[in-house]
Amino acid sequence: MMSTTRTTARRRPTDDAPVIRAALIALAIATFALLIAAPAAIVLVGAFRLGIAHFAHAIADPSALAAARLTLVVLAYAIPVNVVFGIGAAWSIARFDFPGRPALLAALDLPLAVSPVISGLVFVLLFGARAPLGAWLIAHHTPIVFATPGIVLATVFVTFPFVARELIPAFASLEISVDEAALVSGATGWQLLIRVTLPSVRAALISGVALATARAAGEFGAVAIVSGNIAGRTNTLPLHIASLYNAGDTTGAFAVASLLVAVALITLAIPTRWASDR
Amino acid sequence: MTPHRRRRRALPGLPLALSITATGALLFIIVPLATILVTAARLSRGRFAAVALNARALAAYRLSLVTALSATALAAPLGLLLAWVITRYRFPGRRLVDALIDLPVALPTAVLGLALGAAYTTTGWLGAPLANLGLHVAFTPFGITLALTALGLPLVVRALTPILTTRPFDTEEASAVLGATRWQTFTRVTLPTITPALLTGAALTFARGIGEYGSVVFIAGNMPFRTEVAPLLIMTRIEEFDDGAATAIATTLLAVSLALLFVIARLERHAAVRAGLRPRTTQ
Amino acid sequence: MRTIVVVTSFTIATSFAIALAACHSAHTPESGGSPHLLNVSYDATREFYRAYDSLFATHWRERTGQFLTIEQSHAGSGSQARAVIEGLPADVVTLALASDIDAIADAGLTDTAWSTHFPHKSAPFTTTIVFLVRAGNPKSIHDWPDLTRPGITVITANPKTSGGGRWAYLAAWGAAIERTHGDSLAARAYVAQLYARVSTLAPSTRAATTTFVERVTGDVLLTWETDALLAARVLAPGAVEIVAPSVSIVADPPVAIVDKNIDAHGTRQLATAYLEGLYTPDAQALAARSFYRPTDTTVLATVASRFPALPRFTVDSVFHGWRDAQRAHFADGGTFDQIESAAHVAP
Repeated sequence: MMSTTRTTARRRPTDDAPVIRAALIALAIATFALLIAAPAAIVLVGAFRLGIAHFAHAIADPSALAAARLTLVVLAYAIPVNVVFGIGAAWSIARFDFPGRPALLAALDLPLAVSPVISGLVFVLLFGARAPLGAWLIAHHTPIVFATPGIVLATVFVTFPFVARELIPAFASLEISVDEAALVSGATGWQLLIRVTLPSVRAALISGVALATARAAGEFGAVAIVSGNIAGRTNTLPLHIASLYNAGDTTGAFAVASLLVAVALITLAIPTRWASDR
Repeated sequence: MTPHRRRRRALPGLPLALSITATGALLFIIVPLATILVTAARLSRGRFAAVALNARALAAYRLSLVTALSATALAAPLGLLLAWVITRYRFPGRRLVDALIDLPVALPTAVLGLALGAAYTTTGWLGAPLANLGLHVAFTPFGITLALTALGLPLVVRALTPILTTRPFDTEEASAVLGATRWQTFTRVTLPTITPALLTGAALTFARGIGEYGSVVFIAGNMPFRTEVAPLLIMTRIEEFDDGAATAIATTLLAVSLALLFVIARLERHAAVRAGLRPRTTQ
Repeated sequence: MRTIVVVTSFTIATSFAIALAACHSAHTPESGGSPHLLNVSYDATREFYRAYDSLFATHWRERTGQFLTIEQSHAGSGSQARAVIEGLPADVVTLALASDIDAIADAGLTDTAWSTHFPHKSAPFTTTIVFLVRAGNPKSIHDWPDLTRPGITVITANPKTSGGGRWAYLAAWGAAIERTHGDSLAARAYVAQLYARVSTLAPSTRAATTTFVERVTGDVLLTWETDALLAARVLAPGAVEIVAPSVSIVADPPVAIVDKNIDAHGTRQLATAYLEGLYTPDAQALAARSFYRPTDTTVLATVASRFPALPRFTVDSVFHGWRDAQRAHFADGGTFDQIESAAHVAP
């Protein structure tokens, strides 16, 4: 946080009184503790309630490993799609004017307002056995629902605008003179994108990817509807956690969840390290 | 910041970028939403009303709205507090708090719900002292609000941090030099500047909260009419093979949330123009 | 103009590419040599089928030399039925109640006379509904009327999403019918009072058990006998105890092959053998270990002491079968819906 570096030691007119400052800090820390730190702590503590052996058993379980693998596969498909779309959307929306631009911009916010349960439902409506398209696909051995493609699609839908929303303001704040200079020097559009634009929005891009990844890896409602809950095949990590909980194995559920908490903690540490303008 | 969007051909790449955007928007925004509307439209008006406007559905919408709005009302000031404290002050642990603010959004929703559920039951770490005070959290609407507030805090903080780190110190100093108290400076100078961002964060919190399923279902009581949120009702209808009812309820929920989001967007634009931040088009 | 052309061709090309990618990634592992079976079951059977699957796989290998892969899917019984109808490629379904399999049959995926294909109406073992209370029974809960005493909090599963939830509802109703000698109005009033005492409707029976046992919520849990025994013997021995009411219901979770899928997969012989195997003494003993009441009388005799003596009525005797019960009570607008709305006339 660049703004918190004080250049003078003297108290400036825009500083708050020490008492106020202390009170606000205390209140903020309390909020943080109760709403943000508490859940993470509970998961970590609950994971080890029955000892290390139980913890290791839950994590090394083949279903858990398969769930982790499926989550990674979903990410491998969903994140690139989001990034490609995000760059395309930011490039066109932030730098050009075209008919339908406001509508497109508004449309980008729609997936955020749609409940994940609805997104899952949509894919069952389109690709379930009772839909004409779905029946045809199943008959030709390419099922979408209750298989990986359905899970990927549902995840893509839920995380769709994340990268775009971060990149659009970032692209819009770039100086066109830089682009013009590059073009005048003979850069092609691709070179402009890769050598000039993207590095300038690196922070926003990383932030968008981090957000999308976190949401994609953690999505539960949408995937619960399109997955078949087939242990070892169509359970993502969140589904596996819920499955453990529903089977009565709360400690196992927390054990796998604690892995995700650890991953989240690591993921959160990275953007603040690399990002230059946050 | 020179507006440069109107240069149609000066910059390359429009056709390709637009193709990507259009394809994506078509496949992943238009088609899904159209599917919902078409499926809901197949119901007769009477049936639509019977499944989407019956007492149980109305109770569910009400609960979803109330909890989402309450969560927004809580997350906005608390998020502002957190963002303020992180960007303005130094204190031991600031870096940690700053890094971990995003935790509720980085965790799977189910994990957040399970954890909050475990913490706030009457025998949980936090639920026990509250229960002694007569406050029950788990399985009550307050529990739902709590979960949604936790989800909303990072959204609000993220929306506010950019503007809080670049806000006009000069204007604030000028205001202070001219004799305004800190409070006056805050309310007359700072607050209007950050209100648009605050409203954006609020809108995101509301949108997320009204549709949230994973974190709510593990802490809510899921009692019809009492603690059943609209997404759960949709899920129940799906499991009853009633896709028509599910989509009808989904459509209604969508209409309500979009209407409210539109209002918030309007407010935001108004506040931005007043603060002199926004020239003419949407960001 | 050029833009429009580019945009349109890009859209078509991308959609085509996605379709191709879908073909690729949807390639299931079944097209190999070794046989494969998918058992779509309900929530409470996880432990049992883990044991039975390895027993059956060993037996199959001895009999045919083939290495068999059995996959399990567990969720609420009603959702599983829906999933199978929507395309979940189950070879066999082993669900919590007959009307869930009826729904699959009505969708054309299996024979409507499925219940005649295996003994005991295709139910290899049975269970019932009992109460689980805190150790020492501090609230003195002994029978159905105690559940509606003021101040008692009941935990149970949601009848709309959970098979066990529906069995619990019918057990309560049936017990009231027996108690009042056939007065259905009184039964309805009783059930309404009961659900007014419920503080949380869990999405599944296991979630209800977890809420009661681990989250220490509620005074009494209304659940499967299997789950109650699991809780009292394994999950939380000494913290909870079972109370058998004066009368309860025969809960007979049925099994069936899914004709459409096994014909497509070529697994008819395997699927039939898998289900027939559930009636063998070894499997029946496994079931007893998972706290089910075996139908095999010999095995039952050896484990009878495990189960509380409990007179039980059947769905047929009180409700004219599951189709009737499902339609009257659990369908949209049925008695459960009416009870819930009547309780909230002025919210």
